[in-house]
Amino acid sequence: MTNHWVDIKNADFILIMGGNAAEAHPCGFKWVTEAKANRKATLAVVDPRFTRSAAVADFYAPIRPGSDIAFLGGVINYLLSHDLIHHDYVKAYTNAPYLVREDFTFDDGIFSGYNADKRSYDRESWNYQIGADGYVMVDPTMQDPRCVYQLMKQHYSRYTPEMVTQVCGTPTADFLKVAEMIGATATPDKVMTIMYALGWTQHTVGSQNIRAMAMIQLLLGNIGRPGGGVNALRGHANVQGITDMCLYSDVLPGYLGAPTDADAVREEYLAKKSLKPLRPNQMSYWQNFPKFHTSLMKSWYGNAATAENGFCYDWLPKKDAPYDVLHIFELMHQGKMNGFLCQGFNPLAAVSCVKKVRESLAKLKYLVVMDPLATETSEFWQDYGEYNEVDPAQVQTEVFRLPATCFAEDTGSFTNSGRVLQWHWAAAEPPGETRSDLDIVAGIFTRLRELYQKEGGAFPDPVLNLAWAYSTPLTPSPEEVAKEFNGKAIADVTDPKDPTKVLAKAGEQLATFAHLRDDGSTSCGNWLYCGAWSQAGNLMARRDTADPSGLGFYPAWGFSWPANRRVLYNRANADPAGKPWDPKRKTIAWDGTKWSGFDVPDMAPNAAPEQDVGPFIMHPDGVGHLFALKGMAEGPFPEHYEPFETPLATNPMHPKNPLATRNPAARIFKGDEADLGTVDKFPYVATTYRLTEHQHYWTKNVLSSAIVQPAQFIEMDETLAKEKGIANGDVVKVSSHRGYVRATAVVTRRLKPLTVDGKTVHTVGVPIHWGFVGVAKQGFLANRLTPYVGDANSQTPEYKAFLVNIEKA
Amino acid sequence: MQVTRRQFFRICAAGVGSSSLAALGFAPGEALAGVRAFKLARASETRSTCPYCSVSCGLLVYSLGDKAKNAKSEIIHIEGDPDHPVNRGTLCPKGAGLLDLVHSENRLKYPEVRAPSSKEWKRISWDEAFDRIAKHMKADRDKNFITTNDQGVTVNRWNTTGLLASSAASNETGYLTVKVARGLGIVALDTQARI
Repeated sequence: MTNHWVDIKNADFILIMGGNAAEAHPCGFKWVTEAKANRKATLAVVDPRFTRSAAVADFYAPIRPGSDIAFLGGVINYLLSHDLIHHDYVKAYTNAPYLVREDFTFDDGIFSGYNADKRSYDRESWNYQIGADGYVMVDPTMQDPRCVYQLMKQHYSRYTPEMVTQVCGTPTADFLKVAEMIGATATPDKVMTIMYALGWTQHTVGSQNIRAMAMIQLLLGNIGRPGGGVNALRGHANVQGITDMCLYSDVLPGYLGAPTDADAVREEYLAKKSLKPLRPNQMSYWQNFPKFHTSLMKSWYGNAATAENGFCYDWLPKKDAPYDVLHIFELMHQGKMNGFLCQGFNPLAAVSCVKKVRESLAKLKYLVVMDPLATETSEFWQDYGEYNEVDPAQVQTEVFRLPATCFAEDTGSFTNSGRVLQWHWAAAEPPGETRSDLDIVAGIFTRLRELYQKEGGAFPDPVLNLAWAYSTPLTPSPEEVAKEFNGKAIADVTDPKDPTKVLAKAGEQLATFAHLRDDGSTSCGNWLYCGAWSQAGNLMARRDTADPSGLGFYPAWGFSWPANRRVLYNRANADPAGKPWDPKRKTIAWDGTKWSGFDVPDMAPNAAPEQDVGPFIMHPDGVGHLFALKGMAEGPFPEHYEPFETPLATNPMHPKNPLATRNPAARIFKGDEADLGTVDKFPYVATTYRLTEHQHYWTKNVLSSAIVQPAQFIEMDETLAKEKGIANGDVVKVSSHRGYVRATAVVTRRLKPLTVDGKTVHTVGVPIHWGFVGVAKQGFLANRLTPYVGDANSQTPEYKAFLVNIEKA
Repeated sequence: MQVTRRQFFRICAAGVGSSSLAALGFAPGEALAGVRAFKLARASETRSTCPYCSVSCGLLVYSLGDKAKNAKSEIIHIEGDPDHPVNRGTLCPKGAGLLDLVHSENRLKYPEVRAPSSKEWKRISWDEAFDRIAKHMKADRDKNFITTNDQGVTVNRWNTTGLLASSAASNETGYLTVKVARGLGIVALDTQARI
């Protein structure tokens, strides 16, 4: 979330699309209710199902799964053609006036630079025109045909209300009603928020779904403002924190791009990541990358990391391939992996195409599962009959299962969806011999280190020198680890402007990432979390309920990254002169000498408005990107592409170009293409979803959840049920080209057939929560059905739009 | 006849004869409700965070046990934290049932191993588990570690063992895990957070 949960109460209009907060985030949804009750805010819901969020909305519009960009592109067209944009904001705070290279083109669904064989783009032309002064060329009148504003206007002119209806199945009047509600927030005194979740991310165009909405929020001037922003509702307690810690191959903690084989030389790697300003006076904050990176290496390698050895840069593994979860299981399936550690993750249930994941796990030599609960993954080798048909004798994988504590038995911090780090304390001992995840990681590592000390082995240096100064090496305490990732001064840190002034004495915990240095005098395991445990103590454990602004920021409750800032980009809550667009919803303002107010300024504190320092300080140009430059795999403007399994013969936006039917840059592995189904055999669209009473695949182990939602079901519309002769309560078999599930039919009016591109499309709902291990009734893993293909940028699998058949079982 | 709860117990304790008093209808009005002390009154209250969705509702976890070194606490009740600015004491149907997660019969209690081709788990000690896992990892790392690529660039990676991390583990666990994973040279690293 750019904003945070309580801030939703400050919105005038709330759109829920690609999510279902009332059911999936019930206690956060109360802030929607607050906004409605106290601000007379309105709520619109766009969803394939008439969800409980829709049930309390002022307006609901149906949509076909996987067609969100067509809808949002229609909104962009509506805003631009009706001139419903926040002009001053767009001109000053976005790249709308910036000129784009002449060789950037878009032709019938394909952008310039496409290589069909590689299914990828050479993104060179997706860039600005750079002037002789080294800065981006700008046309403040936004009339130049090569400026972003004009290119965007042209791009989305094809997204007419009629086209929206043709692609999405949304009735035109319903679409126009939602567009009108959104457009009404273009004035500076109205703010809209968007609440989305997996309904947007789990598509082959997932990242572009979100970009399309980010563009709308920029056009309306709603980013950086209380009640506004782009708000991802995360699904697990620490999705945000684990993402920030970067437990994935692409990045190191704090989103520091991880080195690849192309980054042979440290200095060149650091220079490449230290983006230089593209407009005068911009902060271009990634210029500090070397400080963050060097401090990380000091945290990991301590005294072994010296200026002479490039702070152990070469010890970091360089990656040669994506290594996202789909790629990892593909490698495993090809027999290229031998070992696998699963920490609190149940991939057999959670990853798409169960059949492929099960086959992959069976090719491992060893598998280690660390979890509080018995999971399907740990028992993938066991014969559970129809639910998991396996002959254990044929599975050669050695499987270790280690019991881990659950939240109530360990101490530490979670980062909520609104970026607030909150500390929790252990309330009891865990059952049996269960140990904490920290102890398990430490146990495995210290044992390995001993072996390397005794026997030597492949490149032992990073293993032997990994900083491990915990008071008891076998059981590092959460407090010690938190202090480590916050960071400390190794030598005195002085003010660059006045070297006699000491900002932090050697040995002290650092208060801010502004004190990080690139000379080895500071250590910090995650620059974004710097300040969470300063000399003032553990700020994550703060519980002050004071709310000076009345806007619900609670600045002394926990610690919000970065720098305890509650609303990101908050400089944009004020006009270019520094005066809040809406004085009643002020976060910060220019007081004549500095930025001050109720939030921590997202701006150099003394950057006077006349210096024109843009609010999007991480960007080299300081502005929000309506044109994404080279940032996205499939193009700088979101374009509608059909799901990989589409009920249509073509992409209605590009009926004559088969290259543009599906996302042209989404990756699909060889064998998985053959596993895709076609509409003649699998005529119905399916979408997976979640229930209020269950959490992912955990709560089938929880008696109270199992009692209220005991058994698997499939949701379908009345027309389809009638056609198929299926009555409420009948057992049905739902099949995709990859597998089937059998469950009870629930026939509802919450789903309705839609007319899409001239044909009737039915959507079948597949709740995900069952499996073959648990206290709830046994069921089929829903991901037996889903395709093994992911978003072109994030590789999040397409769980939300695929094809099935359905028959009475 | 007015009898306090305490007096009532005393009367009962006096013997069989007095039990007829109760039979005659002399039991005090609140006796039934008051027989047991309110359990939470002697419980420890611990602040926590719901592990489900990332609204991250504040929790009050109540446990019995005095936290002495050799005494085990037991969690007996979990409710929403009324001071918490986001959830203000409320919990959803999932969060309200958290006690059953903590005490699920499917909680693992001991390290176990399933041998190749076997149909069953075998309980092992932590020492044995760590030893055997470390040996597997070292053998694989030593055999498949890549120091330089075809172009002679130092790459120092180990890509034949992978790691998937939870999105429900703490930041501290996440940090220590990524530090160890990268320290070993693991590149096949991903998290539930992606999906």
